[in-house]
Amino acid sequence: MSAGEHRTTLAAPWGGGQSPFGVGWPKFMMWLFLISDTLTFAGLLTGYGAMRLALGRWVHQFEIFNIGLVSLMTFILICSSATMAVAVGAARAGDRPRVLRYLLLTVLGGLFFLGAQAYEWTHFIGEGARLFTNPWGVPQFSATFFIITGFHGGHVTAGVIYLLITALRWRRGTIQPESVEIAGLYWHFVDLVWVFIFTLLYLI
Amino acid sequence: MAEGQHRGYRIYAVTWFWLLVITLLEVAIVLVGVPRAVLVTALVVLALMKAALIMAYFMHLAYERLALVYAVVVPMALLAVVLFAFIGPDALSVHRMR
Repeated sequence: MSAGEHRTTLAAPWGGGQSPFGVGWPKFMMWLFLISDTLTFAGLLTGYGAMRLALGRWVHQFEIFNIGLVSLMTFILICSSATMAVAVGAARAGDRPRVLRYLLLTVLGGLFFLGAQAYEWTHFIGEGARLFTNPWGVPQFSATFFIITGFHGGHVTAGVIYLLITALRWRRGTIQPESVEIAGLYWHFVDLVWVFIFTLLYLI
Repeated sequence: MAEGQHRGYRIYAVTWFWLLVITLLEVAIVLVGVPRAVLVTALVVLALMKAALIMAYFMHLAYERLALVYAVVVPMALLAVVLFAFIGPDALSVHRMR
Protein backbone atom coordinates (compact mmCIF):
# COMPACT_ATOMS: atom_id res chain seq x y z
CA MET A 1 0.00 0.00 0.00
CA SER A 2 1.40 3.40 -0.97
CA ALA A 3 0.13 5.04 2.21
CA GLY A 4 2.25 2.65 4.24
CA GLU A 5 5.36 3.49 2.25
CA HIS A 6 4.70 7.18 2.68
CA ARG A 7 4.46 6.73 6.44
CA THR A 8 7.89 5.11 6.51
CA THR A 9 9.52 8.00 4.64
CA LEU A 10 7.85 10.48 6.98
CA ALA A 11 9.22 8.66 10.01
CA ALA A 12 12.73 8.35 8.56
CA PRO A 13 14.17 11.85 9.33
CA TRP A 14 14.11 11.03 13.06
CA GLY A 15 17.48 9.32 12.56
CA GLY A 16 17.97 8.68 16.27
CA GLY A 17 16.45 5.25 16.54
CA GLN A 18 12.99 4.63 17.93
CA SER A 19 11.07 7.68 19.17
CA PRO A 20 11.05 7.44 22.97
CA PHE A 21 7.36 8.35 23.03
CA GLY A 22 6.28 5.85 20.40
CA VAL A 23 4.59 8.53 18.28
CA GLY A 24 5.64 10.51 15.21
CA TRP A 25 6.95 14.04 15.66
CA PRO A 26 3.82 15.81 14.31
CA LYS A 27 1.63 14.20 16.93
CA PHE A 28 4.19 14.83 19.65
CA MET A 29 4.41 18.50 18.65
CA MET A 30 0.64 18.78 18.99
CA TRP A 31 0.82 17.26 22.48
CA LEU A 32 3.51 19.78 23.46
CA PHE A 33 1.38 22.62 22.11
CA LEU A 34 -1.63 21.36 24.05
CA ILE A 35 0.39 21.20 27.27
CA SER A 36 1.48 24.82 26.81
CA ASP A 37 -2.08 25.86 25.92
CA THR A 38 -3.29 24.17 29.10
CA LEU A 39 -0.99 26.52 31.01
CA THR A 40 -2.60 29.52 29.28
CA PHE A 41 -6.09 28.48 30.32
CA ALA A 42 -4.88 27.46 33.78
CA GLY A 43 -3.47 30.98 34.14
CA LEU A 44 -6.76 32.58 33.10
CA LEU A 45 -8.86 30.38 35.38
CA THR A 46 -6.47 30.80 38.32
CA GLY A 47 -6.57 34.57 37.85
CA TYR A 48 -10.35 34.36 38.00
CA GLY A 49 -10.21 32.23 41.16
CA ALA A 50 -7.73 34.55 42.89
CA MET A 51 -9.77 37.63 41.99
CA ARG A 52 -13.04 36.09 43.15
CA LEU A 53 -11.45 35.09 46.46
CA ALA A 54 -9.87 38.53 46.93
CA LEU A 55 -13.22 40.24 46.29
CA GLY A 56 -15.07 37.93 48.65
CA ARG A 57 -18.27 38.36 46.66
CA TRP A 58 -19.44 37.43 43.18
CA VAL A 59 -22.52 37.63 40.99
CA HIS A 60 -25.32 35.13 41.54
CA GLN A 61 -24.60 33.00 38.51
CA PHE A 62 -28.04 31.45 38.35
CA GLU A 63 -29.73 34.82 38.02
CA ILE A 64 -27.43 35.80 35.15
CA PHE A 65 -26.59 32.66 33.22
CA ASN A 66 -29.12 30.66 31.28
CA ILE A 67 -28.03 27.29 32.66
CA GLY A 68 -30.19 25.45 30.12
CA LEU A 69 -28.38 27.12 27.23
CA VAL A 70 -24.96 26.49 28.77
CA SER A 71 -25.83 22.83 29.39
CA LEU A 72 -26.92 22.59 25.75
CA MET A 73 -23.57 24.10 24.66
CA THR A 74 -21.79 21.50 26.80
CA PHE A 75 -23.92 18.75 25.27
CA ILE A 76 -23.12 19.95 21.72
CA LEU A 77 -19.39 20.06 22.44
CA ILE A 78 -19.39 16.54 23.95
CA CYS A 79 -21.28 15.24 20.89
CA SER A 80 -18.86 16.94 18.50
CA SER A 81 -15.95 15.41 20.41
CA ALA A 82 -17.56 11.97 19.97
CA THR A 83 -18.06 12.48 16.21
CA MET A 84 -14.42 13.63 15.98
CA ALA A 85 -13.32 10.44 17.74
CA VAL A 86 -15.30 8.39 15.19
CA ALA A 87 -13.67 10.34 12.32
CA VAL A 88 -10.21 9.51 13.75
CA GLY A 89 -11.18 5.84 14.20
CA ALA A 90 -12.48 5.70 10.61
CA ALA A 91 -9.28 7.31 9.29
CA ARG A 92 -7.23 4.64 11.05
CA ALA A 93 -9.50 1.89 9.72
CA GLY A 94 -9.29 3.28 6.19
CA ASP A 95 -13.03 4.02 5.96
CA ARG A 96 -12.60 7.16 3.82
CA PRO A 97 -16.22 8.37 3.28
CA ARG A 98 -17.04 8.01 6.96
CA VAL A 99 -14.07 10.24 7.88
CA LEU A 100 -15.37 13.08 5.74
CA ARG A 101 -18.94 12.69 7.01
CA TYR A 102 -17.94 12.74 10.66
CA LEU A 103 -15.46 15.58 10.21
CA LEU A 104 -18.26 17.69 8.75
CA LEU A 105 -20.61 16.66 11.58
CA THR A 106 -17.93 17.83 14.02
CA VAL A 107 -17.66 21.16 12.19
CA LEU A 108 -21.46 21.47 12.43
CA GLY A 109 -21.26 20.91 16.20
CA GLY A 110 -18.57 23.58 16.47
CA LEU A 111 -20.72 26.04 14.51
CA PHE A 112 -23.75 25.33 16.73
CA PHE A 113 -21.61 25.94 19.80
CA LEU A 114 -20.31 29.24 18.39
CA GLY A 115 -23.86 30.27 17.51
CA ALA A 116 -25.02 29.61 21.07
CA GLN A 117 -22.06 31.55 22.43
CA ALA A 118 -22.76 34.48 20.10
CA TYR A 119 -26.36 34.47 21.35
CA GLU A 120 -25.17 34.47 24.98
CA TRP A 121 -22.75 37.35 24.38
CA THR A 122 -25.36 39.37 22.47
CA HIS A 123 -27.79 38.86 25.34
CA PHE A 124 -25.27 40.07 27.95
CA ILE A 125 -24.20 43.06 25.87
CA GLY A 126 -27.87 43.92 25.30
CA GLU A 127 -28.37 43.94 29.08
CA GLY A 128 -25.58 46.50 29.35
CA ALA A 129 -22.53 44.38 30.12
CA ARG A 130 -19.23 45.74 28.80
CA LEU A 131 -15.66 44.53 29.30
CA PHE A 132 -15.20 46.54 32.52
CA THR A 133 -18.76 47.31 33.61
CA ASN A 134 -22.06 45.50 34.03
CA PRO A 135 -25.40 46.04 35.74
CA TRP A 136 -24.89 43.20 38.26
CA GLY A 137 -22.69 45.01 40.78
CA VAL A 138 -19.45 43.10 40.25
CA PRO A 139 -17.52 44.83 37.41
CA GLN A 140 -14.77 42.19 37.57
CA PHE A 141 -17.24 39.57 36.43
CA SER A 142 -17.39 41.11 32.95
CA ALA A 143 -13.69 40.93 32.14
CA THR A 144 -13.50 37.40 33.56
CA PHE A 145 -16.48 36.16 31.58
CA PHE A 146 -15.69 37.83 28.25
CA ILE A 147 -11.95 37.06 28.29
CA ILE A 148 -12.20 33.42 29.35
CA THR A 149 -15.18 32.45 27.17
CA GLY A 150 -13.81 34.62 24.36
CA PHE A 151 -10.46 32.88 24.51
CA HIS A 152 -12.18 29.52 24.42
CA GLY A 153 -14.51 30.64 21.62
CA GLY A 154 -11.43 31.74 19.68
CA HIS A 155 -10.05 28.24 20.09
CA VAL A 156 -13.33 26.76 18.82
CA THR A 157 -13.26 29.10 15.81
CA ALA A 158 -9.68 28.11 15.03
CA GLY A 159 -10.72 24.47 15.47
CA VAL A 160 -13.62 24.81 13.01
CA ILE A 161 -11.25 26.30 10.40
CA TYR A 162 -8.62 23.64 11.15
CA LEU A 163 -11.22 20.85 10.74
CA LEU A 164 -12.58 22.33 7.50
CA ILE A 165 -9.06 22.43 6.06
CA THR A 166 -8.47 18.87 7.28
CA ALA A 167 -11.75 17.72 5.66
CA LEU A 168 -10.82 19.41 2.39
CA ARG A 169 -7.34 17.90 2.34
CA TRP A 170 -8.73 14.49 3.30
CA ARG A 171 -11.18 14.64 0.38
CA ARG A 172 -8.29 15.47 -1.95
CA GLY A 173 -6.31 12.62 -0.45
CA THR A 174 -3.28 14.76 0.36
CA ILE A 175 -3.08 13.85 4.07
CA GLN A 176 -2.42 10.74 6.12
CA PRO A 177 -4.71 9.35 8.87
CA GLU A 178 -2.24 10.74 11.41
CA SER A 179 -3.16 14.31 10.37
CA VAL A 180 -6.83 13.61 11.14
CA GLU A 181 -5.77 12.21 14.50
CA ILE A 182 -3.73 15.34 15.29
CA ALA A 183 -6.65 17.61 14.35
CA GLY A 184 -8.73 15.40 16.65
CA LEU A 185 -6.33 15.94 19.55
CA TYR A 186 -6.79 19.70 19.19
CA TRP A 187 -10.58 19.40 19.03
CA HIS A 188 -10.78 17.15 22.10
CA PHE A 189 -8.58 19.63 23.94
CA VAL A 190 -11.08 22.41 23.20
CA ASP A 191 -13.77 20.17 24.71
CA LEU A 192 -11.49 19.42 27.67
CA VAL A 193 -11.00 23.12 28.40
CA TRP A 194 -14.76 23.66 28.25
CA VAL A 195 -15.23 21.00 30.95
CA PHE A 196 -13.29 23.25 33.34
CA ILE A 197 -14.81 26.53 32.15
CA PHE A 198 -18.31 25.06 32.51
CA THR A 199 -17.51 23.86 36.03
CA LEU A 200 -15.51 26.79 37.38
CA LEU A 201 -17.15 29.76 35.67
CA TYR A 202 -20.78 28.69 35.38
CA LEU A 203 -21.46 26.15 38.13
CA ILE A 204 -19.20 26.91 41.11
CA MET B 1 -4.06 0.34 11.67
CA ALA B 2 -5.38 -3.20 12.10
CA GLU B 3 -5.57 -2.45 15.80
CA GLY B 4 -7.96 0.44 15.05
CA GLN B 5 -10.28 -1.83 13.08
CA HIS B 6 -10.60 -4.28 15.93
CA ARG B 7 -11.26 -1.60 18.48
CA GLY B 8 -14.35 -0.31 16.66
CA TYR B 9 -16.46 2.72 17.50
CA ARG B 10 -18.23 1.29 20.55
CA ILE B 11 -15.73 2.77 23.01
CA TYR B 12 -16.51 6.29 21.71
CA ALA B 13 -20.24 5.80 22.24
CA VAL B 14 -19.60 4.51 25.77
CA THR B 15 -17.31 7.47 26.56
CA TRP B 16 -19.90 9.89 25.11
CA PHE B 17 -22.61 8.30 27.28
CA TRP B 18 -20.63 8.64 30.51
CA LEU B 19 -19.63 12.23 29.73
CA LEU B 20 -23.33 13.04 29.38
CA VAL B 21 -24.21 11.24 32.61
CA ILE B 22 -21.52 13.15 34.53
CA THR B 23 -22.65 16.47 33.01
CA LEU B 24 -26.27 15.79 34.05
CA LEU B 25 -25.00 14.88 37.52
CA GLU B 26 -23.10 18.19 37.73
CA VAL B 27 -26.14 20.24 36.77
CA ALA B 28 -28.34 18.20 39.13
CA ILE B 29 -26.03 18.79 42.10
CA VAL B 30 -26.12 22.54 41.46
CA LEU B 31 -29.90 22.64 41.03
CA VAL B 32 -30.60 20.50 44.10
CA GLY B 33 -28.47 22.78 46.28
CA VAL B 34 -25.97 21.22 48.65
CA PRO B 35 -23.57 22.82 51.18
CA ARG B 36 -20.92 24.93 49.41
CA ALA B 37 -17.94 22.76 50.43
CA VAL B 38 -19.68 19.59 49.19
CA LEU B 39 -20.68 21.34 45.95
CA VAL B 40 -17.16 22.56 45.14
CA THR B 41 -15.54 19.22 46.00
CA ALA B 42 -18.10 17.23 44.00
CA LEU B 43 -17.90 19.50 40.95
CA VAL B 44 -14.08 19.45 40.88
CA VAL B 45 -14.00 15.65 41.22
CA LEU B 46 -16.62 15.23 38.45
CA ALA B 47 -14.74 17.66 36.17
CA LEU B 48 -11.52 15.67 36.69
CA MET B 49 -13.42 12.46 35.87
CA LYS B 50 -14.64 13.99 32.61
CA ALA B 51 -11.13 15.21 31.80
CA ALA B 52 -9.74 11.71 32.42
CA LEU B 53 -12.38 10.12 30.15
CA ILE B 54 -11.68 12.57 27.32
CA MET B 55 -7.91 12.18 27.58
CA ALA B 56 -7.93 8.40 27.93
CA TYR B 57 -10.40 7.44 25.20
CA PHE B 58 -11.06 10.40 22.88
CA MET B 59 -7.40 11.49 22.86
CA HIS B 60 -6.23 7.84 22.88
CA LEU B 61 -3.86 8.36 25.79
CA ALA B 62 -4.93 4.97 27.19
CA TYR B 63 -3.42 3.31 24.11
CA GLU B 64 -0.19 5.33 23.95
CA ARG B 65 3.20 4.35 25.30
CA LEU B 66 3.60 5.09 29.01
CA ALA B 67 6.41 7.61 28.31
CA LEU B 68 3.94 9.88 26.47
CA VAL B 69 1.29 9.43 29.17
CA TYR B 70 3.79 10.53 31.84
CA ALA B 71 5.02 13.44 29.70
CA VAL B 72 1.46 14.76 29.55
CA VAL B 73 0.04 13.81 32.94
CA VAL B 74 2.98 14.61 35.27
CA PRO B 75 3.21 18.34 34.35
CA MET B 76 -0.58 18.61 34.75
CA ALA B 77 -0.46 16.98 38.18
CA LEU B 78 2.40 19.27 39.28
CA LEU B 79 0.47 22.27 37.96
CA ALA B 80 -2.59 21.25 39.97
CA VAL B 81 -0.48 20.85 43.14
CA VAL B 82 1.25 24.23 42.70
CA LEU B 83 -2.01 26.06 41.94
CA PHE B 84 -3.68 24.50 44.96
CA ALA B 85 -0.70 25.46 47.13
CA PHE B 86 -1.20 29.11 46.10
CA ILE B 87 -5.00 29.31 45.98
CA GLY B 88 -6.13 26.54 48.32
CA PRO B 89 -5.26 28.06 51.71
CA ASP B 90 -6.98 31.35 50.76
CA ALA B 91 -10.03 29.52 49.45
CA LEU B 92 -10.29 27.53 52.67
CA SER B 93 -9.79 30.55 54.95
CA VAL B 94 -12.37 32.61 53.03
CA HIS B 95 -14.72 29.68 53.33
CA ARG B 96 -14.20 29.55 57.09
CA MET B 97 -14.80 33.32 57.47
CA ARG B 98 -18.24 33.08 55.86
